[in-house]
Amino acid sequence: MDAKDILGIPKTTPSLPHEKKSRPPKDSQRKPDGISREVYALTGGLAPLMPSIDVNQLKKKTQAENEKITWQWLPFTSSARKDNLQLYHWVRVVNGVPPTGDYSFAKYNKSIDVIKYTDEEYEKFLEDPAWTREETDQLFDLSARFDLRFVVIADKLPYSRTVEELKNRYYSVSRAILIARAASPADVSGHPLVKEPYNLAQETERKRALSMILSQSKHQERRDAEVYAEAKKIMEARMAAKAAQDSELIPISTGGAGDAERDNVNVDDESPSNPQFLSAPPISIAETASASASLRKLRVYLRTYGFEQMVQAASSSAGLRTIKRVEQILQDLGVNMKPKVPTKTVCEEHLELRKEILTLLNLQKQFQYKEAEGSSYREGSYPETPGTPKSFQRILDQDRTFIPDSTCFGAEFSGEHIVKRDQKRKAPGRPTDASSSPANKRPRKLKNTDE
Amino acid sequence: MDQNARSEPDPRSPAKRLKDVEVSVPIVYGTISFWLGKKATETQSHKWTVYVRGATNADLGAVVKRVVFQLHPSFNNPVRAVESPPFELSECGWGEFEIAITLYFHADACDKPLTLFHHLKLYSEDEPGTQSIKKPVVVESYDEIVFPDPSENFFARVKNHPAILSYVSAPLGLHSGRIEEVNEAKEEETKDHPLSQWFKNFSEGDELSKLAAARQQVQGHIVKLRNQLSSMNGQLESVVIECD
Repeated sequence: MDAKDILGIPKTTPSLPHEKKSRPPKDSQRKPDGISREVYALTGGLAPLMPSIDVNQLKKKTQAENEKITWQWLPFTSSARKDNLQLYHWVRVVNGVPPTGDYSFAKYNKSIDVIKYTDEEYEKFLEDPAWTREETDQLFDLSARFDLRFVVIADKLPYSRTVEELKNRYYSVSRAILIARAASPADVSGHPLVKEPYNLAQETERKRALSMILSQSKHQERRDAEVYAEAKKIMEARMAAKAAQDSELIPISTGGAGDAERDNVNVDDESPSNPQFLSAPPISIAETASASASLRKLRVYLRTYGFEQMVQAASSSAGLRTIKRVEQILQDLGVNMKPKVPTKTVCEEHLELRKEILTLLNLQKQFQYKEAEGSSYREGSYPETPGTPKSFQRILDQDRTFIPDSTCFGAEFSGEHIVKRDQKRKAPGRPTDASSSPANKRPRKLKNTDE
Repeated sequence: MDQNARSEPDPRSPAKRLKDVEVSVPIVYGTISFWLGKKATETQSHKWTVYVRGATNADLGAVVKRVVFQLHPSFNNPVRAVESPPFELSECGWGEFEIAITLYFHADACDKPLTLFHHLKLYSEDEPGTQSIKKPVVVESYDEIVFPDPSENFFARVKNHPAILSYVSAPLGLHSGRIEEVNEAKEEETKDHPLSQWFKNFSEGDELSKLAAARQQVQGHIVKLRNQLSSMNGQLESVVIECD
């Protein structure tokens, strides 16, 4: 079976000619006696379509002994040798007649026709500032001797030239001579040397690049692979974003995300978390674009189905925890997970809301990072790890507590504020609007006093 | 040569599809089940009806050619096809099971059927044990059938249909706008359906307002956080300057 797979022969042999079809079933039962059973089984239990070895011939005896075969140690000559060296070898002699003909390997003695130029040809066509007459002569002589093995020639030559330079000189000379000797340009235009002359610069560059790749360390290879993968991802994101331009849903989300991005950029240019924020929406935008594109491919779909697809696409870039938090927030806001009346506008609004919640969560994360940064600049005596907020109210509470904590410099404030933070945590049922304004006023006051 | 062939409408090739238009058919599907009271037997304790209707009780026959209800295998001929509106099926039974509702559309709308699933509910949750002949158990679900690329013929046909919504997306793609206003007024609905008194109203206004309020809240918090972030950055910079 494996052999068949490799050869690409169809297993059911549909295209066999008729007479061969009758053979495989017969043979498989017979198990031919020429070869052992195990060997036969290697072919998969069926005879091969084209028996490579005629099975009947395998263990046949040699031909009847009409002739006497002896082996003799005889001398021979080869047309390939120019000297008259006499060599000996074993020869199969049939009935006392040694075989005739040239040495059988003489035909492999091929050599290259290296062009020979005359002096006047040299003066007319082959003058080159970088090459003296002697050098060129030497080059051609060696080329003939070594059959254009430029590596050897380069080694042999007394003056140092790179292989490419030698090649360049040789090919340009040959080309010039060819063109010069040709009766008309048309005759030689088919010659490969004329059509594609040797390009020194390109060849050197190519070999340099190859050697660079060869000598790349493993580390480099891995880095290259990573860069390629990233480039591919970026390309795909771009393609998906392009597809999104046809869809109707995307312009809304790009509108929303675009505003968000612009605001963020204006606010803090050097924030390191900016790229984090910016990268999240584009990825989910690409996802939603491809989701809506695939929806449009369906001839018909249910609104709820389409809605689920879009929700999945939008939250594809977020982790499981983030998704749970989004759903928690939705619950706290009194919005159904799945709209009870999923009309087009309701679904769109819901998706927008989800996106905004994601934005909010992102911002909060940034905020926390900034907080950590800020406190590390201080004495670092106020570890600001709030833990996972359990409800939307708590998230809002945290907004308020961070500001006072970040602006306090003295230890006395910290104690006060930590207490206050706990108190706020224990009172979950507070309406946010009522207490947010006094909370905001407090940090401002603190700031003024400190500055 | 190929381009010429494409520009002419070939009668055999599919009709032109409108890319910027989306046809949306709001439907309500569900079951109503009545307890039979004294007439109930072991095997037939409830009489129920499964149906698919337009959300405002308008006629779905313009879009839907036939509906096939797949019932529990214990019924005779569990595959029941309803060839004309109203697309509903009544039966008597004792058990709850999932009904597969397959909608087949007219050829110019869509050649592929769409399947919905609905769980038949016979017993109400709030009063276990006490059932009333008068009050049925109603479970309805709202959904919309979306045709993203309607064919020209189909669109022309349903453009002015009271129950069918069409959305056009503007080329620069702001919010898509409805072409026709749906008659939400209840007086227009066909009152001759015997069960219509039990039908629920599905109005999107409620959800929309809740969603809008939620979005406003979230947006408010976003703005606040952004301000805080910017002020924090200002502070950080000043601190950094001090440290340096």
